[in-house]
Order: sequence, then structure tokens, then C-alpha cells
Amino acid sequence: MRYIEPHAHMVSRTTDDYQKLALAGCEALCEPAFWAGFDRSSAQGFYDYFRQLTEYEPKRAAKFGIRHFCWLCINPKEADDPVFAREVMALIPDFIRCGNVLGIGEIGFNKNTRNEQAIFEEHVQIALDHDLPVLIHTPHLEDKLKGTRLTLESLANFSKLDRSRVIIDHVEEHTVTMVLDAGYWAGMTLYPESKCSLDRAIDMLEVHGPERLWLNSACDWGVSDPLAVPQCALRMKSRGHLADAVERVIYGNPREFLSQSPRFAL
Amino acid sequence: MPQKKQLLDLQFIDARHKLLDLAAFLDRMDRAAGDDDFRLAALRSALPVLLESRGDRARAILEAMSDPSTEPIPQAKRQGAYGAPPPADF
Ligand SMILES: [Zn+2]
Repeated sequence: MRYIEPHAHMVSRTTDDYQKLALAGCEALCEPAFWAGFDRSSAQGFYDYFRQLTEYEPKRAAKFGIRHFCWLCINPKEADDPVFAREVMALIPDFIRCGNVLGIGEIGFNKNTRNEQAIFEEHVQIALDHDLPVLIHTPHLEDKLKGTRLTLESLANFSKLDRSRVIIDHVEEHTVTMVLDAGYWAGMTLYPESKCSLDRAIDMLEVHGPERLWLNSACDWGVSDPLAVPQCALRMKSRGHLADAVERVIYGNPREFLSQSPRFAL
Repeated sequence: MPQKKQLLDLQFIDARHKLLDLAAFLDRMDRAAGDDDFRLAALRSALPVLLESRGDRARAILEAMSDPSTEPIPQAKRQGAYGAPPPADF
């Protein structure tokens, strides 16, 4: 089996996890900039984090034959203070030049505040100004439905945005249809308790078809499984999905979306 | 798409186990001292969906446990989420 892990927070994971990913057939992984489990005290903290994403993690991944790519932004959990958020965003243009940066992400809403909305829209504008794809986080649990609707409303105001270069991640049964119907890609996150189980993600694939859908683990500092994508591939096989259909979802689809960035190569 | 019998062979024991766990959780809540809150009420109010004849029960439960408001809020009271929308004064 070969696959792409399109959403993993490897800064929180051990090197053993890279080894396990490689053993499971992971050829490339993408790391969106996100919350580190605590609020950083200064923009300098993000400068160091962006260096970690663009310099250190690609080397760590390369030791196991895995290509490492990243997305840059200030994440929604730390974006509610607009002055601080803009200080961090000012760092982004310099880092965009780094060879493994695919685009802007994961941006979006957390608690669905006005400040989050403003910072989200400013990030989308950075992506448009630099002609970059966008990866969007949607909020957790009871905030997801409202946050996904607000995300779609904000994006609708960007008439020049190419919808096929935007992925809205962490969809569940109540948000997947609206995201796909609006022309965006949708990510299903296999994360214990708070997001999709393996079977629910496969249900959505069966109901909606594989077009513009990908699977990711979003493994991070919480209890999460870096091998969730190959686990889901195995479950798809046990539910009668043929090898070609499995490969499309875990390899072909992420490759198709990510290849819209000229930086992405396997 | 798998056949019904195939899915039962594959997943019935797992579904039975999850149903029992939910029943035991409700029993445990009954035995526990003190007050419950909006989370238990949200769980209870979503349970009837399981018995409805419809093909989108998971979606209906997620919707029932979602914040129904539509406008961005001026300021967040907290960074995290509970799994069910808290009352305004929470
Ligand atoms: Zn993430």
C-alpha cells in the first residue's frame, strides 16, 4: 500500500511515528500550521515554529523516505487577538519562499467570533495575492456546523477564488454536503471521539462518492493515531472496497489536490 | 457496497457493544450524585433519532448537538467545545 497523509502535526509526534508511517507506505505528508496545545507568547514563537515546519521537519521526514510539505498561517485558536494575529501574518510572506510550503492553512474559525472571521478573510487574501491553495480548519463539536456555514459565507465574497484549490477539512455528516455542493474539496479527519470514526468516513465515501474527498489523521499532541489513514484503507477493504478505489482515496485524491501547488512532488 | 448480512457479520458485535456502553453510561449518570447539565439533556433528546426510519441519523444527531445560531459572536467565552451547545449563561 502507498498513501499520502495530507494532514498531520508532526512537530508533536516522535521520530518513531515517522518510522511507522514509512513502514505503512506513507510517501508524503503535509503539516498545516496549527495550535501547539498552548498559546504562544509572542510572534517570535511562531517564527521558530515556521522554521521548524520549513527546515527541521522535512529533514526528519527525509530520513524515512517521506516527503514533508507544510501550510502556513496563524491558527484560529490563536487568531482571536487581531493585533497579535497580524504580527504573525506579517512573517508569512518571507516563509512562503521556502521549498516545502504549499499554501495558507489551516485557517478558519474556532469559536465563530468576529475577530476570527476578519483574520480568516485576511488569510484568504494573502493566498489570493500569492496565488496559493488554501486549507481550512472547521471548528470542533457543537461549533462545527455554524463555523462551516460562516466559512462558506466568507469564501463566497471572494469572487476570484478558485474553489477547486480550497479544501475544507474536518467535515462530518452534517457539513460534507454543503462543502462539496459549493465546489470545494472536503477532508475527513479520522480522529478519536471528536471527529470521524473509520466507518463513518467510509459511509460518507459510499454516500457521496470519492470525488473531491480525502482522508487524514490530523495526528497531533492529543490522543490520536498517526496510522489512521492506512487503518481506514484496511477497513475499506474489509467492507468490500476494491484496491483501486482505496488507492484513489488515500493516494490519488490527495495527489490530485496537492499537485495544484507546483511545490508538491513525489 | 456490502450486503446487509456481510455488515452484520462484520459489525453487529461492535454496534451491540456501543449500545451497551451508552446504556451503562446513562445508568452510571443515574447513580451519580449531584446535578447534571445541558450535555446529558442533549444526549437524551438525540436518542429518539435512533428509532426513526431515515437514512441520515448520524447527520440528524450532529445537527441536534450543534449551536443553532448563525451570526459570529463578539467574543469567545472559552477556547474549547463541549459537544453540545451550552446555555447562554453557562
Ligand atoms: Zn490540524
